[in-house]
Amino acid sequence: MIIPRHHPPEAMLLDYADGSLSEPAALTLATHLALCPECRQRVAELEAIGGALLEESVPEPVSVDCLAAILARLDDPEPRQMVAFEPLPAEVIALPQPLRSYVGMPLAGLDWKSVSPVIAEFDLQICTPPAKTGLIRLAAGCSLPRHGHGDSEVTLVLEGGYRDQFGHFQRGDLVVHDSLVEHAPLADPDGDCIFLCVLDAPIRLTSVLGRFLSPLLRH
Amino acid sequence: MLDAGSTATAGARSLNDLVVAVARGRDRVAFAALFGHFAPRLKSFLMRLGADSGSAEELVQEVMLMVWRRAETFDPGQANASTWVFTIARNKRIDALRRERRPEIDLDDPALVPEPPLAADRSIEVTEDANRLRGAIESLAPEQAEMLQLAYYEDKPHSRICAERGIPLGTVKSRLRLALEHLRKVLKDDQ
Repeated sequence: MIIPRHHPPEAMLLDYADGSLSEPAALTLATHLALCPECRQRVAELEAIGGALLEESVPEPVSVDCLAAILARLDDPEPRQMVAFEPLPAEVIALPQPLRSYVGMPLAGLDWKSVSPVIAEFDLQICTPPAKTGLIRLAAGCSLPRHGHGDSEVTLVLEGGYRDQFGHFQRGDLVVHDSLVEHAPLADPDGDCIFLCVLDAPIRLTSVLGRFLSPLLRH
Repeated sequence: MLDAGSTATAGARSLNDLVVAVARGRDRVAFAALFGHFAPRLKSFLMRLGADSGSAEELVQEVMLMVWRRAETFDPGQANASTWVFTIARNKRIDALRRERRPEIDLDDPALVPEPPLAADRSIEVTEDANRLRGAIESLAPEQAEMLQLAYYEDKPHSRICAERGIPLGTVKSRLRLALEHLRKVLKDDQ
Protein backbone atom coordinates (compact mmCIF):
# COMPACT_ATOMS: atom_id res chain seq x y z
CA MET A 1 0.00 0.00 0.00
CA ILE A 2 1.38 3.40 -1.01
CA ILE A 3 1.56 6.03 1.72
CA PRO A 4 1.54 9.53 0.16
CA ARG A 5 4.78 11.49 0.31
CA HIS A 6 3.51 14.82 -1.03
CA HIS A 7 1.06 16.53 1.30
CA PRO A 8 -1.19 19.60 1.20
CA PRO A 9 0.27 22.76 2.74
CA GLU A 10 -0.77 23.32 6.36
CA ALA A 11 -2.82 26.38 5.37
CA MET A 12 -4.91 24.26 3.00
CA LEU A 13 -5.57 21.74 5.78
CA LEU A 14 -6.63 24.65 7.96
CA ASP A 15 -8.97 26.05 5.29
CA TYR A 16 -10.54 22.58 5.06
CA ALA A 17 -10.86 22.20 8.82
CA ASP A 18 -12.36 25.66 9.36
CA GLY A 19 -14.78 25.23 6.45
CA SER A 20 -13.52 27.93 4.11
CA LEU A 21 -12.06 25.74 1.35
CA SER A 22 -14.19 25.68 -1.82
CA GLU A 23 -15.93 22.42 -2.73
CA PRO A 24 -13.60 21.32 -5.58
CA ALA A 25 -10.44 21.88 -3.52
CA ALA A 26 -12.13 20.30 -0.50
CA LEU A 27 -13.03 17.25 -2.61
CA THR A 28 -9.39 16.86 -3.62
CA LEU A 29 -8.14 17.36 -0.10
CA ALA A 30 -10.68 14.98 1.47
CA THR A 31 -9.77 12.31 -1.08
CA HIS A 32 -6.12 12.77 -0.10
CA LEU A 33 -7.19 12.36 3.55
CA ALA A 34 -8.73 8.99 2.73
CA LEU A 35 -5.31 7.90 1.48
CA CYS A 36 -3.16 9.67 4.09
CA PRO A 37 -3.49 8.80 7.81
CA GLU A 38 -0.93 11.49 8.71
CA CYS A 39 -2.98 14.36 7.26
CA ARG A 40 -6.17 12.88 8.76
CA GLN A 41 -4.50 13.26 12.14
CA ARG A 42 -3.52 16.86 11.34
CA VAL A 43 -7.07 17.76 10.34
CA ALA A 44 -8.33 16.16 13.57
CA GLU A 45 -5.94 18.43 15.48
CA LEU A 46 -7.16 21.51 13.61
CA GLU A 47 -10.78 20.53 14.28
CA ALA A 48 -9.89 20.18 17.97
CA ILE A 49 -8.67 23.79 17.86
CA GLY A 50 -12.03 24.75 16.34
CA GLY A 51 -13.71 22.87 19.19
CA ALA A 52 -11.61 24.74 21.75
CA LEU A 53 -12.48 28.11 20.15
CA LEU A 54 -16.18 27.17 20.22
CA GLU A 55 -15.81 26.18 23.86
CA GLU A 56 -14.22 29.51 24.81
CA SER A 57 -16.78 31.62 22.91
CA VAL A 58 -18.51 34.08 25.21
CA PRO A 59 -22.03 32.61 25.48
CA GLU A 60 -24.65 34.69 23.66
CA PRO A 61 -28.09 34.20 25.23
CA VAL A 62 -30.56 32.46 22.94
CA SER A 63 -34.24 33.41 22.89
CA VAL A 64 -36.40 31.72 25.50
CA ASP A 65 -38.43 29.68 23.03
CA CYS A 66 -35.42 28.31 21.14
CA LEU A 67 -35.11 25.11 23.17
CA ALA A 68 -38.85 24.46 23.05
CA ALA A 69 -38.80 24.93 19.27
CA ILE A 70 -36.07 22.30 18.91
CA LEU A 71 -37.66 19.86 21.36
CA ALA A 72 -40.84 20.06 19.30
CA ARG A 73 -38.87 19.00 16.22
CA LEU A 74 -36.94 16.08 17.72
CA ASP A 75 -39.45 13.49 16.53
CA ASP A 76 -39.82 14.92 13.03
CA PRO A 77 -38.85 12.41 10.38
CA GLU A 78 -35.49 13.12 8.80
CA PRO A 79 -35.76 14.75 5.41
CA ARG A 80 -33.17 12.46 3.87
CA GLN A 81 -32.22 8.99 5.04
CA MET A 82 -28.74 7.61 4.66
CA VAL A 83 -28.65 4.94 1.99
CA ALA A 84 -26.46 1.90 2.53
CA PHE A 85 -23.87 1.50 -0.20
CA GLU A 86 -24.07 -1.53 -2.46
CA PRO A 87 -20.92 -3.66 -2.54
CA LEU A 88 -18.69 -2.25 -5.23
CA PRO A 89 -16.48 -3.92 -7.81
CA ALA A 90 -12.78 -3.85 -7.00
CA GLU A 91 -11.95 -1.22 -9.58
CA VAL A 92 -14.38 1.26 -8.11
CA ILE A 93 -13.03 0.70 -4.63
CA ALA A 94 -9.67 1.94 -5.93
CA LEU A 95 -11.41 5.30 -6.00
CA PRO A 96 -11.83 6.37 -2.37
CA GLN A 97 -14.67 8.39 -0.88
CA PRO A 98 -15.59 11.18 -1.20
CA LEU A 99 -14.44 11.15 -4.84
CA ARG A 100 -16.28 7.89 -5.57
CA SER A 101 -19.66 9.50 -4.89
CA TYR A 102 -18.84 12.30 -7.34
CA VAL A 103 -17.64 9.98 -10.12
CA GLY A 104 -19.82 6.98 -9.42
CA MET A 105 -18.60 4.20 -11.73
CA PRO A 106 -15.45 2.35 -12.73
CA LEU A 107 -12.94 4.76 -14.19
CA ALA A 108 -12.74 2.76 -17.41
CA GLY A 109 -16.48 3.13 -17.96
CA LEU A 110 -16.53 6.92 -17.67
CA ASP A 111 -17.36 9.07 -20.62
CA TRP A 112 -13.73 10.08 -21.18
CA LYS A 113 -13.23 12.84 -23.70
CA SER A 114 -10.13 12.51 -25.84
CA VAL A 115 -8.04 15.64 -25.90
CA SER A 116 -5.17 14.11 -27.84
CA PRO A 117 -4.12 10.55 -28.68
CA VAL A 118 -2.50 10.27 -25.22
CA ILE A 119 -4.66 12.56 -23.05
CA ALA A 120 -8.26 12.09 -22.00
CA GLU A 121 -10.34 14.03 -19.52
CA PHE A 122 -13.56 13.67 -17.60
CA ASP A 123 -15.14 16.89 -16.34
CA LEU A 124 -16.79 16.53 -12.90
CA GLN A 125 -18.87 19.62 -13.69
CA ILE A 126 -18.81 21.06 -10.21
CA CYS A 127 -17.16 24.37 -11.16
CA THR A 128 -18.27 27.55 -12.83
CA PRO A 129 -16.10 28.13 -15.93
CA PRO A 130 -13.37 29.15 -16.39
CA ALA A 131 -12.60 27.08 -13.28
CA LYS A 132 -12.59 23.35 -13.91
CA THR A 133 -12.41 20.14 -11.90
CA GLY A 134 -11.78 16.92 -13.73
CA LEU A 135 -10.00 13.64 -14.03
CA ILE A 136 -7.09 13.56 -16.47
CA ARG A 137 -5.77 10.31 -17.92
CA LEU A 138 -2.29 10.41 -19.38
CA ALA A 139 -1.05 7.36 -21.33
CA ALA A 140 1.88 5.39 -19.93
CA GLY A 141 5.25 6.93 -20.76
CA CYS A 142 3.66 10.03 -22.32
CA SER A 143 3.89 13.64 -21.32
CA LEU A 144 1.46 16.51 -20.92
CA PRO A 145 2.45 19.52 -23.03
CA ARG A 146 4.47 22.05 -21.10
CA HIS A 147 2.04 24.42 -19.37
CA GLY A 148 1.52 27.06 -16.71
CA HIS A 149 -1.55 27.78 -14.58
CA GLY A 150 -3.81 30.51 -13.30
CA ASP A 151 -3.53 31.31 -9.59
CA SER A 152 -3.67 27.68 -8.60
CA GLU A 153 -3.67 24.10 -9.79
CA VAL A 154 -4.38 21.34 -7.28
CA THR A 155 -3.49 17.83 -8.41
CA LEU A 156 -4.14 14.51 -6.69
CA VAL A 157 -2.77 11.31 -8.22
CA LEU A 158 -5.23 8.39 -8.20
CA GLU A 159 -3.56 5.74 -10.33
CA GLY A 160 -0.07 5.26 -11.71
CA GLY A 161 2.41 8.06 -11.29
CA TYR A 162 4.20 10.92 -13.04
CA ARG A 163 7.41 12.89 -12.78
CA ASP A 164 8.26 16.53 -13.27
CA GLN A 165 11.00 18.83 -11.94
CA PHE A 166 9.36 18.72 -8.47
CA GLY A 167 9.58 14.97 -8.00
CA HIS A 168 7.76 11.73 -8.50
CA PHE A 169 4.05 11.68 -7.68
CA GLN A 170 2.03 8.57 -6.97
CA ARG A 171 -1.37 7.53 -5.62
CA GLY A 172 -2.48 9.90 -2.88
CA ASP A 173 0.14 12.55 -3.53
CA LEU A 174 -1.32 16.06 -3.56
CA VAL A 175 0.48 19.05 -4.98
CA VAL A 176 -0.51 22.70 -5.33
CA HIS A 177 1.09 24.91 -8.00
CA ASP A 178 0.75 28.65 -8.43
CA SER A 179 0.97 30.82 -11.52
CA LEU A 180 4.79 30.85 -11.48
CA VAL A 181 5.12 27.14 -12.16
CA GLU A 182 5.53 25.65 -15.62
CA HIS A 183 5.84 21.92 -15.99
CA ALA A 184 5.34 18.99 -18.34
CA PRO A 185 4.39 15.95 -16.24
CA LEU A 186 5.62 12.63 -17.69
CA ALA A 187 3.60 9.51 -16.86
CA ASP A 188 5.46 6.47 -15.53
CA PRO A 189 6.17 3.86 -18.22
CA ASP A 190 4.34 1.00 -16.46
CA GLY A 191 0.76 2.24 -16.75
CA ASP A 192 -1.58 5.14 -17.44
CA CYS A 193 -1.58 7.91 -14.88
CA ILE A 194 -4.95 9.19 -13.69
CA PHE A 195 -5.19 12.28 -11.55
CA LEU A 196 -7.81 14.66 -10.24
CA CYS A 197 -7.12 18.24 -11.17
CA VAL A 198 -8.70 21.49 -9.91
CA LEU A 199 -7.94 24.57 -11.99
CA ASP A 200 -9.11 28.09 -11.23
CA ALA A 201 -8.40 29.13 -14.82
CA PRO A 202 -7.52 27.35 -18.08
CA ILE A 203 -3.95 26.15 -18.28
CA ARG A 204 -1.53 28.13 -20.47
CA LEU A 205 0.25 25.91 -22.93
CA THR A 206 3.74 27.13 -23.58
CA SER A 207 5.18 24.72 -26.16
CA VAL A 208 4.55 24.79 -29.92
CA LEU A 209 2.67 21.50 -29.84
CA GLY A 210 0.82 22.77 -26.79
CA ARG A 211 -0.44 25.86 -28.56
CA PHE A 212 -1.90 23.57 -31.19
CA LEU A 213 -3.74 21.56 -28.50
CA SER A 214 -4.67 24.58 -26.46
CA PRO A 215 -8.23 25.11 -27.76
CA LEU A 216 -9.02 21.47 -27.01
CA LEU A 217 -7.86 21.63 -23.44
CA ARG A 218 -9.81 24.78 -22.77
CA HIS A 219 -13.36 23.51 -22.81
CA MET B 1 -18.16 22.03 33.27
CA LEU B 2 -21.77 22.78 32.52
CA ASP B 3 -23.41 26.16 32.68
CA ALA B 4 -25.64 27.14 35.58
CA GLY B 5 -28.55 26.92 33.16
CA SER B 6 -28.08 23.20 32.64
CA THR B 7 -30.48 20.75 34.15
CA ALA B 8 -29.57 19.85 37.71
CA THR B 9 -29.80 16.10 37.11
CA ALA B 10 -27.21 16.39 34.37
CA GLY B 11 -24.93 18.60 36.42
CA ALA B 12 -22.24 16.06 37.12
CA ARG B 13 -22.10 14.51 33.67
CA SER B 14 -19.44 15.50 31.17
CA LEU B 15 -20.41 16.77 27.75
CA ASN B 16 -19.12 13.53 26.24
CA ASP B 17 -21.35 11.50 28.59
CA LEU B 18 -24.33 13.65 27.64
CA VAL B 19 -23.88 12.97 23.93
CA VAL B 20 -23.51 9.26 24.65
CA ALA B 21 -26.71 9.38 26.75
CA VAL B 22 -28.55 10.94 23.80
CA ALA B 23 -27.17 8.27 21.48
CA ARG B 24 -28.05 5.33 23.72
CA GLY B 25 -31.29 6.38 25.36
CA ARG B 26 -32.73 9.28 23.33
CA ASP B 27 -32.30 11.12 26.65
CA ARG B 28 -34.08 14.46 26.40
CA VAL B 29 -32.75 15.72 29.73
CA ALA B 30 -29.22 15.12 28.52
CA PHE B 31 -30.10 16.84 25.25
CA ALA B 32 -31.48 19.87 27.10
CA ALA B 33 -28.23 20.05 29.08
CA LEU B 34 -26.23 19.93 25.83
CA PHE B 35 -28.44 22.69 24.48
CA GLY B 36 -27.83 24.77 27.62
CA HIS B 37 -24.10 24.47 27.10
CA PHE B 38 -23.70 24.63 23.34
CA ALA B 39 -26.54 26.78 22.00
CA PRO B 40 -25.25 30.11 23.45
CA ARG B 41 -21.69 29.28 22.40
CA LEU B 42 -22.75 28.28 18.90
CA LYS B 43 -24.78 31.47 18.59
CA SER B 44 -21.80 33.54 19.67
CA PHE B 45 -19.46 31.64 17.34
CA LEU B 46 -21.80 32.04 14.36
CA MET B 47 -22.33 35.74 15.06
CA ARG B 48 -18.57 36.25 15.03
CA LEU B 49 -18.67 34.61 11.62
CA GLY B 50 -21.03 37.36 10.47
CA ALA B 51 -24.53 35.94 11.09
CA ASP B 52 -27.13 38.23 12.64
CA SER B 53 -28.89 37.12 15.82
CA GLY B 54 -31.91 35.63 14.03
CA SER B 55 -30.07 33.62 11.40
CA ALA B 56 -27.51 32.50 13.99
CA GLU B 57 -30.37 31.04 16.07
CA GLU B 58 -31.87 29.32 13.05
CA LEU B 59 -28.52 27.70 12.39
CA VAL B 60 -28.15 26.80 16.09
CA GLN B 61 -31.45 24.93 15.80
CA GLU B 62 -30.24 23.00 12.77
CA VAL B 63 -26.96 22.15 14.49
CA MET B 64 -28.65 20.98 17.69
CA LEU B 65 -31.09 18.90 15.66
CA MET B 66 -28.10 17.18 14.05
CA VAL B 67 -26.63 16.60 17.52
CA TRP B 68 -29.85 14.74 18.36
CA ARG B 69 -30.04 12.80 15.10
CA ARG B 70 -26.35 11.97 14.69
CA ALA B 71 -25.45 11.30 18.33
CA GLU B 72 -24.74 7.64 17.43
CA THR B 73 -21.90 8.75 15.18
CA PHE B 74 -20.11 10.50 18.07
CA ASP B 75 -17.02 8.56 19.09
CA PRO B 76 -15.47 9.83 22.35
CA GLY B 77 -12.22 8.10 21.34
CA GLN B 78 -11.96 10.27 18.22
CA ALA B 79 -12.88 13.74 19.40
CA ASN B 80 -14.39 15.48 22.40
CA ALA B 81 -17.98 16.71 22.27
CA SER B 82 -16.99 20.35 21.59
CA THR B 83 -14.91 19.34 18.58
CA TRP B 84 -17.70 17.13 17.30
CA VAL B 85 -20.26 19.95 17.63
CA PHE B 86 -17.81 22.35 15.96
CA THR B 87 -17.60 20.06 12.91
CA ILE B 88 -21.40 19.79 12.70
CA ALA B 89 -21.73 23.58 12.89
CA ARG B 90 -19.05 24.06 10.25
CA ASN B 91 -20.80 21.67 7.85
CA LYS B 92 -24.24 23.18 8.47
CA ARG B 93 -22.81 26.61 7.80
CA ILE B 94 -21.28 25.51 4.49
CA ASP B 95 -24.60 23.94 3.57
CA ALA B 96 -26.69 26.95 4.57
CA LEU B 97 -24.52 29.82 3.37
CA ARG B 98 -22.64 28.50 0.38
CA ARG B 99 -25.10 25.82 -0.80
CA GLU B 100 -22.16 23.51 -1.33
CA ARG B 101 -21.58 19.93 -0.39
CA ARG B 102 -18.96 19.19 2.18
CA PRO B 103 -16.76 16.41 0.81
CA GLU B 104 -15.82 14.14 3.71
CA ILE B 105 -14.05 10.85 4.11
CA ASP B 106 -15.98 7.74 5.05
CA LEU B 107 -14.20 5.92 7.88
CA ASP B 108 -15.83 2.63 6.82
CA ASP B 109 -14.66 2.97 3.22
CA PRO B 110 -12.69 -0.14 2.17
CA ALA B 111 -10.48 2.15 0.04
CA LEU B 112 -9.43 4.17 3.11
CA VAL B 113 -5.74 3.73 3.94
CA PRO B 114 -5.81 2.76 7.64
CA GLU B 115 -3.74 4.30 10.44
CA PRO B 116 -0.36 2.73 11.08
CA PRO B 117 -0.41 0.58 14.26
CA LEU B 118 1.37 3.27 16.28
CA ALA B 119 0.19 6.77 15.38
CA ALA B 120 2.79 9.55 15.28
CA ASP B 121 3.56 10.73 18.82
CA ARG B 122 3.85 14.38 17.77
CA SER B 123 0.12 14.57 17.24
CA ILE B 124 -2.26 16.19 19.65
CA GLU B 125 -4.33 13.62 21.47
CA VAL B 126 -7.76 14.39 20.11
CA THR B 127 -9.41 13.22 23.29
CA GLU B 128 -7.29 15.72 25.23
CA ASP B 129 -9.05 17.78 27.83
CA ALA B 130 -10.36 20.87 26.02
CA ASN B 131 -9.11 23.03 28.88
CA ARG B 132 -5.51 22.23 28.07
CA LEU B 133 -5.95 23.16 24.44
CA ARG B 134 -7.68 26.38 25.45
CA GLY B 135 -4.83 27.19 27.80
CA ALA B 136 -2.39 26.59 24.96
CA ILE B 137 -4.35 28.92 22.65
CA GLU B 138 -4.35 31.59 25.36
CA SER B 139 -0.57 31.29 25.68
CA LEU B 140 0.00 32.02 21.97
CA ALA B 141 1.83 35.19 20.94
CA PRO B 142 -0.81 37.82 20.05
CA GLU B 143 -0.04 37.85 16.31
CA GLN B 144 -0.23 34.06 16.19
CA ALA B 145 -3.51 34.00 18.11
CA GLU B 146 -4.87 36.64 15.72
CA MET B 147 -4.01 34.44 12.72
CA LEU B 148 -5.85 31.47 14.23
CA GLN B 149 -8.88 33.58 15.07
CA LEU B 150 -8.97 35.04 11.56
CA ALA B 151 -8.89 31.54 10.13
CA TYR B 152 -11.76 30.21 12.23
CA TYR B 153 -13.89 33.35 12.42
CA GLU B 154 -13.81 34.37 8.76
CA ASP B 155 -15.62 32.38 6.11
CA LYS B 156 -12.77 32.89 3.68
CA PRO B 157 -9.66 30.97 2.73
CA HIS B 158 -6.54 32.33 4.44
CA SER B 159 -5.16 33.56 1.10
CA ARG B 160 -8.13 35.89 0.58
CA ILE B 161 -7.93 37.12 4.18
CA CYS B 162 -4.29 38.12 3.61
CA ALA B 163 -5.07 39.81 0.32
CA GLU B 164 -7.88 41.87 1.87
CA ARG B 165 -5.82 42.89 4.85
CA GLY B 166 -2.61 43.51 2.97
CA ILE B 167 -0.72 40.89 4.99
CA PRO B 168 1.93 39.06 2.95
CA LEU B 169 1.03 35.41 2.43
CA GLY B 170 4.46 34.29 3.67
CA THR B 171 3.90 36.12 6.97
CA VAL B 172 0.55 34.44 7.46
CA LYS B 173 1.93 31.03 6.67
CA SER B 174 4.83 31.40 9.11
CA ARG B 175 2.56 32.75 11.89
CA LEU B 176 0.13 29.89 11.39
CA ARG B 177 2.92 27.36 11.38
CA LEU B 178 4.40 28.81 14.59
CA ALA B 179 0.98 28.86 16.23
CA LEU B 180 0.28 25.23 15.37
CA GLU B 181 3.77 24.12 16.38
CA HIS B 182 3.30 25.89 19.71
CA LEU B 183 -0.05 24.20 20.34
CA ARG B 184 1.38 20.79 19.52
CA LYS B 185 4.42 21.37 21.73
CA VAL B 186 2.45 22.60 24.74
CA LEU B 187 0.14 19.62 24.60
CA LYS B 188 2.96 17.16 24.14
CA ASP B 189 4.93 18.59 27.07
CA ASP B 190 1.89 18.32 29.31
CA GLN B 191 1.42 14.64 28.68
